[in-house]
Amino acid sequence: MMIGKLQETPSQTAGPYVHIGTAPQSIGRPPLTGQPGPRAEAEGERIIIEGTVFDGAGAPLRDAMLEIWQADSAGRVGAEGLFARCLADFDTGRYRFETVRPGPHREGQPAHVALLIFARGINLHLHTRIHFPEERERVAADPDLRRLEPEARETLIATQEAAGHYRFDVHLQGANETVFFDI
Amino acid sequence: MPLSPGYKSTVLRAPLRPLHAVEQSALERSGPALGNTALGPLDHDLIRNAAQGGDALGERIYVFGQVLDENARPVPNALIEIWQANAAGRYAHVKDGYLAPLDPNFSGCGRCVSDGEGRYLFRTIKPGPYPWPNNGSDWRPAHIHLSIFGEAFAQRLVTQLYFEGDPLIPLCPIVNTIPDPAAIDRLVARLDMRNQEPFDCLAYRFDIVLRGRRQTHFETRPEGA
Repeated sequence: MMIGKLQETPSQTAGPYVHIGTAPQSIGRPPLTGQPGPRAEAEGERIIIEGTVFDGAGAPLRDAMLEIWQADSAGRVGAEGLFARCLADFDTGRYRFETVRPGPHREGQPAHVALLIFARGINLHLHTRIHFPEERERVAADPDLRRLEPEARETLIATQEAAGHYRFDVHLQGANETVFFDI
Repeated sequence: MPLSPGYKSTVLRAPLRPLHAVEQSALERSGPALGNTALGPLDHDLIRNAAQGGDALGERIYVFGQVLDENARPVPNALIEIWQANAAGRYAHVKDGYLAPLDPNFSGCGRCVSDGEGRYLFRTIKPGPYPWPNNGSDWRPAHIHLSIFGEAFAQRLVTQLYFEGDPLIPLCPIVNTIPDPAAIDRLVARLDMRNQEPFDCLAYRFDIVLRGRRQTHFETRPEGA
């Protein structure tokens, strides 16, 4: 076990006013230069991932911030990795990312998009993975996911709405609670 | 703790199943290079960056410190985004209906990038406390929200800093989602008189420690295995 010399700064909720600092254009203020938005630019097959985060009563989170981080279409991370940020819609709670289909960054394993969720009531951001339905069998064999029950693993697989268009809903609680990772 | 009944919003939003522990891959060990973002000259100066002809009202302060990892290694080039209420405790946000007035010269939005030694600096006004609907009318201590991108996606941190001596800190249900008093203390910025700007503004120091490579799930494994 690695013990650092310093202890990490604890996390606190992003709260309901996260837009001010992370996406001022979403509340009618001028955007900041270079601030990440919901679209990642890179070569490759363009895809859309959209969805909603639901609370334990089935209500959409309308104040969430979501971020994705993924390999590029060739599976490269680091400087070639792709990042995007989306604020849930104030009325519907929908989020929508436009990106490219990631290549696998782990040899022989299915590709995924890492998704972080920040919101009021979430003290430490939640980390989950978006997998693609075309790779369902490889997802089942992924050494990181093998220990999960099949129904739990299913929460990590997006639904195809149309070619290159996926839906990935997140359930914070309930029978189909999404699997969240401790990385 | 994810579920903290004193903080009502966690009741329906905290996952109830344990997190699924996995080893970090090359994806989580790298992260977006947002420290290369071209910042505006006033992005770190919240007293001036939304000014409409005058400075923002309130107690003028520097908030500064160093971004480090758990091995006390400075983290250079870290993007820090902040947001906060104005001196009266009101956010410049469409969803904030608190009766305290807006300040036309203050948006509460700032950002900066840590330098080669991990140091960062903001100039702002001290935010006011404000009431919020939780257990009736709870009050938030004065605080600034921070979002930090270190070198790795696994280091991603969103948190809040508080101010030394604020009597509202121990009363706050959001602060008290952290069970360890020593951990709460790490969220308290310290008054630093030596770094004041004489006849201009006070200074508060707040160092930020980002998590290192996480191996605690495998602590039964011998070192180096």
